[in-house]
Amino acid sequence: MSRLKVSIVGGSGYTGGELLRLLLFHPGVEVAQATSESKAGEYVYQHHPNLRKRTQLQLVSQQALQPCDVLFLCLPHGESQKKIEHYFTLAPRIVDLSADFRLRDAALYQRWYGHAHTAPQHLDKFVYGLPELQREAMKTARYISGVGCNATVSNLALLPLVRAGLLDTAQPIIVDIKTGSSEGGAAVNAGSHHPEKSHSVRAYAPTGHRHTAEVIQELGLTNVHLSMTAVDLVRGATAAAHAFVKAGTTEKDLWKAYRAAYNAEPFVRIVKDRTGLHRVPDPKILAGSNYADVGFDLDAESGRVVSLAAIDNLMKGASGSAVQAMNVMCGFEETAGLEFPGLHPI
Amino acid sequence: MPAVCPECEAALSLKDVIQGEIVVCPDCGVDLEVTEVQPELQLALAPQEAEDWGE
Repeated sequence: MSRLKVSIVGGSGYTGGELLRLLLFHPGVEVAQATSESKAGEYVYQHHPNLRKRTQLQLVSQQALQPCDVLFLCLPHGESQKKIEHYFTLAPRIVDLSADFRLRDAALYQRWYGHAHTAPQHLDKFVYGLPELQREAMKTARYISGVGCNATVSNLALLPLVRAGLLDTAQPIIVDIKTGSSEGGAAVNAGSHHPEKSHSVRAYAPTGHRHTAEVIQELGLTNVHLSMTAVDLVRGATAAAHAFVKAGTTEKDLWKAYRAAYNAEPFVRIVKDRTGLHRVPDPKILAGSNYADVGFDLDAESGRVVSLAAIDNLMKGASGSAVQAMNVMCGFEETAGLEFPGLHPI
Repeated sequence: MPAVCPECEAALSLKDVIQGEIVVCPDCGVDLEVTEVQPELQLALAPQEAEDWGE
């Protein structure tokens, strides 16, 4: 069977590098090109040193981009929408990892991103990129969006409760998220300067984080609020979603809901142990893997449930989900190229 | 012998267990004591230490 030709627009950043790490070893695809405007001509391994001696691919300018079977877009937010019609001419299938085509509603986009979308006529062509939510739609899709890492860890924490109808939606749902520094991308800023960032625990978006829009859209919740804290990790995001369940809900009801949501999912594991060191989800052991670990605890007296989730933000929260989505869209085994289970200890 | 975890309701299949034996639930990891074997298998939560760093 011939391999599909895939190319990456924006191959020098962290999500592009993570895609290269996955796609270079994927059994069904061949990486044809990876672009970078500022680093054209340089070798991929010069920017992704883990790939030294695994590929001699050189970054090229977008002007040299050739048609391919699947095109991944790893551009800064706002860039894909400017040239999406050009990208449509280059590939019959596109996965856009940016935020540009995650939201179906242009008004919701404007509300959360603060400016009008420049290609709103194409929003409904894209399927939201989390297979656990949109697997069936992906099977016939041609265009798939990326996912927000903080949205993903929130959506996976809350999905079992929403599907089972256990939430008291009259009460607010507060999702407290801790994130690693790679969420900020490869570009430096004052906050990423080592003396400032190191050992810091900084609430950088207590309210108003843009990924909230993806939770509203995908779970149909309205009274949901994300609160972001940057912690001293490179990879990883973990969510503690605080909500209230309907009266009479027991811990066994929660077990049923979480099993119903995730027992058949290849990349979601329920982690709720009463013994040992690893009783709850922890992003530390997920680095480099596409797994999402999910757990919960219930305060039976008050009805407060704390649903916990952990991911590697560059994997399940970005490039891993993008490859999983490509697998579904292209008819590959859903786990192809994504079997790495992570490291322990790390 | 089939049994159900009293903590999380996972379905367990246990072989050759005896009364008083401690087994582990494969889903929630809780320690379970076999309290009865006949006429049917009965499991109960075994005492465990909670994790608490709030000194």
